Amino acid sequence: MSGDPIYTEMIIEYSRNPSNFGKIENPQIHRHDSNPLCGDSIDLYVNVDGTKITDVKFDGKGCAICMACTSVLTEMIQNKTLDEVKNFQKDELLAELGLEHLIKTSPVRIKCALLSLKALKYGIYSYFTEKMNDVKAAGNLKEEAASLY
Amino acid sequence: MQSTTQSLDTQCRSDFPVLERRVRDDKALVYLDNAATTQKPIQVIDAITDYYKNHNSNIHRAVHALAEESTEAFEVTRTKIAKFLNVEKSEEIIFVKGTTEAINLVANAWGRDNVQKGDIVVTTEYEHHSNIVPWQLLTQETGAELRYVDIDDNGELMLEQLDEHLATGKVKLVAVSHVSNVLGTITDIKKVIKKCKDAGAKVLVDGAQAVPHMKVDIANLDCDFYAFSAHKMLGPTGVGVLWARKELLENMKPYQGGGDMIREVHKQETTWNDLPYKFEAGTPNVADVICFAAAIDYLTKIGMDNVRNHEIELTKYALEKMSKVKGLIIYGPKDTQRQGGVISFNFKDVHPHDVATIIDKNGVAIRSGHHCAQVLMEKLDVAATNRASFYIYTTKQEVDVLIDSLEQVAKVFKL
Repeated sequence: MSGDPIYTEMIIEYSRNPSNFGKIENPQIHRHDSNPLCGDSIDLYVNVDGTKITDVKFDGKGCAICMACTSVLTEMIQNKTLDEVKNFQKDELLAELGLEHLIKTSPVRIKCALLSLKALKYGIYSYFTEKMNDVKAAGNLKEEAASLY
Repeated sequence: MQSTTQSLDTQCRSDFPVLERRVRDDKALVYLDNAATTQKPIQVIDAITDYYKNHNSNIHRAVHALAEESTEAFEVTRTKIAKFLNVEKSEEIIFVKGTTEAINLVANAWGRDNVQKGDIVVTTEYEHHSNIVPWQLLTQETGAELRYVDIDDNGELMLEQLDEHLATGKVKLVAVSHVSNVLGTITDIKKVIKKCKDAGAKVLVDGAQAVPHMKVDIANLDCDFYAFSAHKMLGPTGVGVLWARKELLENMKPYQGGGDMIREVHKQETTWNDLPYKFEAGTPNVADVICFAAAIDYLTKIGMDNVRNHEIELTKYALEKMSKVKGLIIYGPKDTQRQGGVISFNFKDVHPHDVATIIDKNGVAIRSGHHCAQVLMEKLDVAATNRASFYIYTTKQEVDVLIDSLEQVAKVFKL
């Protein structure tokens, strides 16, 4: 099936060999999330130095779309500041894998693609509100995460 | 339905308008998600239209003509179901909204008065969430213990574990599927029921995947509670049946209070209506119960042995072909004598949702996910599976389309 709009070489490759796959012990940010519908289930681990992300890893089980998108997300936020990552938009992530069309074509599969971004936004929100006691810095990340899909 | 010299699918296919659908770039629909819900024949669709066009009325109260007609039609369904299941007393047939509600009814109305701290409720690893969660709620509330019968590598119950549980003498109820919704495994239900009876435990059978697919004879089974849903057997959504022994129903408190379930209501006290109405509070799903009769008629005309034989043939055909697809892992008994028309499978290293998405492009509808059976998914050590499930209208050509699509998946993922 050549030219499949979803299952590109890149996605298959990432699903086979996900980037930053593994666990960080006692991370500063840890968020578990799952899609009850399809059974994607991931744990995202992030360490920060001040406000800069120093390490990102994830583990769990998921479909090719979820594995590929989570891999790309972890690559994209490595060494970024939390402020930069806070404003990270779903289009940027989807574009990286050529999956922008999913927003329109597959309301079901878009959840697989954006699960990790949702986990990240919630994770940073909790980090700001619970560990840093800085509700202002957390902004409306929680609402943003909830409205991703 | 056409002549009976043809295969079952050829006889009945033209009765199902939706099977004419084209989907996803004009592909013929191949509907293989029958364990989730079946399609509806024109006879059922016409029955619901006829009801709303010509008879619509509330039941059991008013004396006008429409109310009389509706009440009669509603009760005719009850009688037909009783006959279909070989139940002698039709008042033992309680209408609910589905299998889930039937089980919750038992957990609440029977469980709360009969299960106490120190007692044991037993369920199995291959249950649907609807036959696990109500028992978790009940045992957590009462301080009773919830135990499981595990499955072996063939996806069959390890009945020696049931023996161990029963030997404690503390088991009050065993809740078990007649047929697993994921693996298709047919429980050796008579054996299970006999063991439970010998040990003095009650048995609830979740028949959601059995009644639609094989002859079920409740009188012969000797269980205590039996539950199933209409929409998995050509009928409408929102209707289910709980069958229970009359003496149990008589001693149970009502599940819900309201209209229809009462005899007399006073300021501080109420007396209950007779069976089955004691358990049917409020206006029931009149229209859908009435048109469910058309589904029962349809299946009765075909004959449940023919339904079962058709599914055996299809399952055998599919299992043989699927076993040759590269990288495909099939779960369950893989033996058509011990398996309904349900096949669960995974590709090595390919998530079920990716499989479903790829084959959906060919018009093939299968289910991928945990099938409301996360306990079983844990056991199989997978997040989810794909499931193809057949029914009376499924053809071998449709199985071929499935197989071609699976081969496409193997190719895309370079298996």
